Amino acid sequence: MRDKADYARKGIARGRSVVVLQYEDGILFVAPNPSRALHKISEIYDKIGFAAVGRYNEFEELRLGGIRYADINGYTYDRSDVTGRGLANLYASNLGRIFTESIKSLEVEVVVAEVGDTPDGDAIYRLTFDGSVFDEHGFTVMGGQAEAVSGRLKERYREAMPLADALEVALVALTEPGGERPPVAQLEVAVLDRNREHRKFQRLTGARLERILPAAPPPSPTTTTEPDDAPTGPPTGPDGDIDDGSSPL
Amino acid sequence: MASHRDLPAGLVDRFFVNSGSSSFTEFVSSHAPELLPVRGEILATPIGDQVPHATTIVAATFAGGVVMAGDRRATSGNMISQRDVQKVFRTDDYSVMGIAGTASTGIEMARLYRVELEHYEKMEGRTLSVNGKANRLATMIRGNLGMAMQGLVVVPLFAAYDPDKDEGRIFSYDVAGGPYERERFDAIGSGSIFARGSLKKLYRDGAGADDTVMTLIQALYDAADDDSATGGPDVTRKIWPLVSVIDANGFRRLTDEEVSGYVEQMLEARLISPDGPIAPLR
Repeated sequence: MRDKADYARKGIARGRSVVVLQYEDGILFVAPNPSRALHKISEIYDKIGFAAVGRYNEFEELRLGGIRYADINGYTYDRSDVTGRGLANLYASNLGRIFTESIKSLEVEVVVAEVGDTPDGDAIYRLTFDGSVFDEHGFTVMGGQAEAVSGRLKERYREAMPLADALEVALVALTEPGGERPPVAQLEVAVLDRNREHRKFQRLTGARLERILPAAPPPSPTTTTEPDDAPTGPPTGPDGDIDDGSSPL
Repeated sequence: MASHRDLPAGLVDRFFVNSGSSSFTEFVSSHAPELLPVRGEILATPIGDQVPHATTIVAATFAGGVVMAGDRRATSGNMISQRDVQKVFRTDDYSVMGIAGTASTGIEMARLYRVELEHYEKMEGRTLSVNGKANRLATMIRGNLGMAMQGLVVVPLFAAYDPDKDEGRIFSYDVAGGPYERERFDAIGSGSIFARGSLKKLYRDGAGADDTVMTLIQALYDAADDDSATGGPDVTRKIWPLVSVIDANGFRRLTDEEVSGYVEQMLEARLISPDGPIAPLR
């Protein structure tokens, strides 16, 4: 059991961090992601968003399952009966079962976020590979150097920040001190905006994202040139860790 | 709150199994068919006359988009069963559908269709093409054919903004499916004959959204004028037609205030000329 947990933890720490935080109009998701097609952040339902780190094929399966669950519940009952808590419970029971029953646990960590009509109604649930659920307040970080990123985020996070500030705070947290910021083209950003009609989830890409970004102050001047360790050219995955067969399982 | 424990037993295990299909209806019908409307039933007697019917829906394209409007009346036989029924539905950010025929079946179908479109979009990370959406609706109508033969007829009108062509498109259907793409405008329901006649004379190529909304309000009035099952604007109760506009910015339903503006303008003109605007003869 402990081996399984260690293995999963290592797998999750290999990738890059994902940040989910509250801002004045809802919830912001930020993930450095070199791939444009393989998403780490996704819409589940009207008010519910999903973010994940770890092995792509594993969290993709969770994402699709979550969409099926949400759409079936919303169709059977009413759209307002689909809640983030219900989805988090479903994921928790599924993750927990796989952790105890199968040889290999899932190497994923997942956030289910739900935007409410007011900031008090917002909810961020973080689920780990063993099915534990954490009800997060304000912000959460998962994957990669989660603790370091979380520390930087905690220093700067304030309640009810405007979108541009929240994005800036997230990017500062995701950037190692003295490191380079991920370029806009390698950022996956989305919001659950409570002011939108019908579906609250919206991806911020291209021009829309750049319009928000320059409003923020420039990165810290102590930028040193580091050896560029970004993969050159294709292939790209949602995480840098392409399975090289060295895994024992 | 609905939880996964309230769903049929065994269904939850299926959520995480890749079925290879991005269709909501297909997933539900193979794993929990009891959640879908039953289509194979044989009714003892046709009940077509006893359930409320929705009536007239009109749609017309304009430069860069499409407008759909519907009256608010539902009738059962010679009774008015509801004065403020809704029969124009947003199906996703760039499409809308109106229903004529059995109101309950139509509303149910619109709800399922919306889930179907969104489900595909979320699963695949892309929206269906406009043709894909229109075909999908045809399959659903075809699935209702058995019930239609027993009186529960539903015929939708579908309109969508096509981002590839930057224009609005309209598709109509019959009881067995379709779709039939329509140029410029179309109408369905009991008042459609009159509405279409009116649209023929009032439709202007290249008109803006504003003029096109007015054209549709006029057409609905003409339909209500001659068809007893179509409701005109209810001035005393302030019940106005439902009007939805779709263009590059997405779906927008006009507010009651906006629609009442158009209606009052039209009614004022009709006080002088009761048959509405007169089209030039030559």
